Amino acid sequence: MLVRFWGTRGSIPVALTSADIRRKVETALALAIAKGVDTPEKARAFIDNDLDFSIAQTYGGQSPCVEIETGRTEFLVCDMGSGARAFGGHVMAAQKSGPLVVNVLMSHVHWDHIMGFPFFTPAYLPGAHIRIFGCHDVLEEAFRLQQSAPCFPVDFSRLSAKIEFIKLEAGKSVDIAGYRVTPKLQRHTGDSYGYRFERDGKAIVYSTDSEHKLEDPAETEGFVAFFRNADLVIFDAMYSLLEAVSVKEDWGHSSNMVGVELAQLANVKHLCMFHHEPAFNDERIQSVLNETIRFEKLTRGERPLIVTAAYDGMEIDV
Amino acid sequence: MEIKNKTYSDVLVLSPEGRIDHANSEDFRNGLALFIERCKSDGERVVLDLAGVDYISSAGLRCFMLAEKQAKSRGGTIVVAAMQPVVKEIFEISRFTLVFDTFATVQEAIAKLSPVALKAYQA
Repeated sequence: MLVRFWGTRGSIPVALTSADIRRKVETALALAIAKGVDTPEKARAFIDNDLDFSIAQTYGGQSPCVEIETGRTEFLVCDMGSGARAFGGHVMAAQKSGPLVVNVLMSHVHWDHIMGFPFFTPAYLPGAHIRIFGCHDVLEEAFRLQQSAPCFPVDFSRLSAKIEFIKLEAGKSVDIAGYRVTPKLQRHTGDSYGYRFERDGKAIVYSTDSEHKLEDPAETEGFVAFFRNADLVIFDAMYSLLEAVSVKEDWGHSSNMVGVELAQLANVKHLCMFHHEPAFNDERIQSVLNETIRFEKLTRGERPLIVTAAYDGMEIDV
Repeated sequence: MEIKNKTYSDVLVLSPEGRIDHANSEDFRNGLALFIERCKSDGERVVLDLAGVDYISSAGLRCFMLAEKQAKSRGGTIVVAAMQPVVKEIFEISRFTLVFDTFATVQEAIAKLSPVALKAYQA
């Protein structure tokens, strides 16, 4: 079970600026000089072994889109944020023969989670079949609305693929692309839904745009049960705890610390922080990741929890 | 959850003990609220003495924030003192250091808040 991240940023896509890239290059070169790097081979080893991820690479800036490989000819993806544009290219390149089927699980229909669909090439492909699953009554309306004039030049009705909208219900499991999929209602403006994917004794949870208020033990227990023994939980860790309980309370997002605590209570194997704050640069995300890894060590029970921060292009083999 | 308390002039020192986590945070919150409610409304200061607290979870930290809001609405101030190393790190990771002034000892906290209370503390 391979999970591939096409978009990991929250709220709005962001891009590195020329100043950001210059700063990375300057920092890398200064470190390389100090290290005596003077051959291409040494440079490669230096990048791999000595540079922080935040200097050598980038967490990326596409909004949420996460693929879960099915091992079949059909595709499975969570959300259609701006990362869906590149995912569409991947689908086109990977599809060898037979009918093209893409299954989409929608957490909710806020703009950052649907904005990639008008640029999702398979939607324009005659013969392609796109099945969009979600728990919101307004699911189809939202997709059609964002492609309505005057906001977009191609109306939804002109898309050539066969596009189906399929309503799911929280707590009711369904079989999709070889996975047992269970939706769960989450706290977010207009509601959002997390999804638990199970197959061959393994479990992946996609839980983004979800605020945890920490005042209701029953709510906490509900999420612990939803995450229970998962091999991977993709978790909305947009804010610090301070922000989540003060100025950004009721904004519908959670924190790195709550992610660790819920994962520890649920005996999760790997927590992947997701939906990064668009105001954060790579250094800040790396710093939050380092602190979260430290927090996990400070609070560790019997079993260690792997903690990572998602980046565009990241792959996790579950 | 029992919270020990002692008043030095215009400073109230509250000393919870043990773990503060999702299992007992509601008790902790209610206990804190009662003490702050009893404070005079003329800007009384509160020191949270965490020397006896060996762990605090996000639910526990949220209680600090609620108490701070409650105290501020009454013109009061809450500061934090004597954190154990693990609690201090958790406090820093949570970014609560941006809202709460922290002190290594209760005496340092009182000294900052009120010279009169410091004399009472040292007596």
